[in-house]
Amino acid sequence: MQAGLDAALIVVVLTCLNLLGSSRVRHCIKLLAFQGVALGLLPLFELGVLTAPSTVFFVAVGIALRGMAFPWLLMRAQKQANVRREVEPYVGFGSSLLFGALALLLSAWLSIRLPLPHPPPSPLALPVALFCGLVGLFLTISRRKAINQALGYLVLENGIFAFGVMLVHGQPMLVELGVLLDVFGALFVMGIAIFHISREFDHIDADRLAVLKD
Amino acid sequence: MLPLIVVVPLLAGVAAFVVRAHRVRRNLLLAAAIAHTLLVASTWFAAPPAALFGWLDLDAPGRLFLSVTSVLFLASAVQTVGYLRAEEGQHDAAATSSGWVLSRVPEAVFTGCLLLFLTTMSLVTMCQHLGLLWVAVEATTLASAPLVYFHRDGRSLEATWKYLVVCSVGIALALLGNFFLAIAASGKIGAQPAMTVAGLIDAGASLHPAWVKAAMIFFVVGYGTKMGLAPLHTWLPDAHSEAPAVVSALLSGAVLNCAFLAILRVTQVAHAAGAGDFSRDLMLVLGLVSMATAAVFVMGQADYKRMLAYSSVEHMGILAIGIGLGGAGVAGSMLHAVNHSLVKGMLFLTAGNILAAYATKRSSQIKGILSERPFTGVLWMAGLLAVSGMPPFGTFFSELIILKAAVDQGRFFVAAAFLVLLAAVFIGMASSILPMAQGRAPGAESAPRESWRAALPAAVLGTLSLALGLYLPERVSRAIHDAAATFGGF
Repeated sequence: MQAGLDAALIVVVLTCLNLLGSSRVRHCIKLLAFQGVALGLLPLFELGVLTAPSTVFFVAVGIALRGMAFPWLLMRAQKQANVRREVEPYVGFGSSLLFGALALLLSAWLSIRLPLPHPPPSPLALPVALFCGLVGLFLTISRRKAINQALGYLVLENGIFAFGVMLVHGQPMLVELGVLLDVFGALFVMGIAIFHISREFDHIDADRLAVLKD
Repeated sequence: MLPLIVVVPLLAGVAAFVVRAHRVRRNLLLAAAIAHTLLVASTWFAAPPAALFGWLDLDAPGRLFLSVTSVLFLASAVQTVGYLRAEEGQHDAAATSSGWVLSRVPEAVFTGCLLLFLTTMSLVTMCQHLGLLWVAVEATTLASAPLVYFHRDGRSLEATWKYLVVCSVGIALALLGNFFLAIAASGKIGAQPAMTVAGLIDAGASLHPAWVKAAMIFFVVGYGTKMGLAPLHTWLPDAHSEAPAVVSALLSGAVLNCAFLAILRVTQVAHAAGAGDFSRDLMLVLGLVSMATAAVFVMGQADYKRMLAYSSVEHMGILAIGIGLGGAGVAGSMLHAVNHSLVKGMLFLTAGNILAAYATKRSSQIKGILSERPFTGVLWMAGLLAVSGMPPFGTFFSELIILKAAVDQGRFFVAAAFLVLLAAVFIGMASSILPMAQGRAPGAESAPRESWRAALPAAVLGTLSLALGLYLPERVSRAIHDAAATFGGF
């Protein structure tokens, strides 16, 4: 199933690059859903066959949450908050894409520097996971709207999930519980906060949250 | 015993969400805080057995930090009850006149989250499993975010959003650190070591060094965000200045310590894996950067609560430097963590009283606290002396130990920078606090008299810090050295 795994990983890279360059909030959320499905399939491709019931469950829950539930929550927040449809980044789309290219190089270089004790399921596994995490971090800090920051945070979490599921052996509970708790808890509280921001200010531009400074 | 320390505040917290009578709920908060303190006190006499497959175990540093958290929470709980009563009256009458009291989170949610916050912090202090530790640290953020948003206005919302996003990203990176460590451990032939501190220390030299170092960086960045080490401290001044005073006291005195403890647990593993020097250097650099950042922002700081927040950044820097030096510096750090929590709790609670009396956070608009409100004024002045490490307060001795460790190791640059930055922060804070305390208040004679009850929790915390400076009981001293020994110091 090496081919399937590589295909899913390439989908992750392409969605990340597209996220860096796209200007519509709705399109970004759709991309996130697409990426979520690809990531949810990773355990299936990695193990090859759906034998253990736990794998089936893991894949199903992963796709349901990453591919459907989280994008749906964001979509709902976007409708409720009546956000303008443009992404409005601090860093322009061209520069964002340039960052993407550099991040891809950096993660490839890092993965050469960090030899894995176990052979990875695919040579792409480590660089793609790192790349996804870096892009998520960049999207969180370079976007203006609260909703896009939450979206960037989810991409960062996706990268961490990809890392954990493909490369961490022998600690399945740590990976599953850790990532799910993180995403669930944080997204839940962030969702409430976005709702309050939109009610308080009639917008969710986090850059206008700039009263507090020195 | 250990599960009880977590379960008591948890149950009380859940109950607080549903109890409707204010009186009952406030008594519940007090009762839970007292019960928690008593339970924690009992662990000093009989060491509680480990629980949950040894994932929960109260070792020397855990007990030290848990005790400080518990004492601080008790003081804050007493203050909270008075604060909620006062706010209740103000809510109806003064809500429209003074701009900063608008509406607020329902009291039930506030009390419930406060107790859940205590639950999560207690859990952090006793976690020996790094995965569980991570969950607990994450939970402290989620439980405290609604507390920061108590006043439900634009400013507190902004602070809450920054707190959530910055700390969530930090904690996500710490999760990556956990994964890196798991990879470092998976190279071992034979059985996989458990992700407990003891298990990883046993695996020791068989951990892959490059992955341990990479993990260490992610852990320090992740938990360092929560601890408020510069340049990752950006959420801290906002959250501390906008949250109610009791919450600021807990954030500064307890939650920063919890994050510090999380970093220390990981450094234990790094030491065993032979990356001890690397992690020490990392802490030393971050510590110096934090002190320098704090010094810059304390100077000319117009908002006294923000000033206290930057002072917390400075003190977290001091803790990191103590760890970075190693040896006697570690004991200095442990002692300083205890002292800083007490002093900063006292200062934030007093700042809350000042804010309630003068309804402004700008230091320049306040004059003559000493003549008008002697209790508050004395506490405010004493707090300045204590926080800047003047003898005979406990902070003086802990800072001296760290300084001495630097000189003994021949690190004169670190020692000099440490002294210069301490002096700079002192000048910055004194130039803001002294004019507030001295002088005459223009036309404020009609202000209502201060109540000694509001000043009591702060006074108790201040007295404790003074007592630790005058006389360090043998038990406490031993506990501090045991804690330091756990982290490779003495």
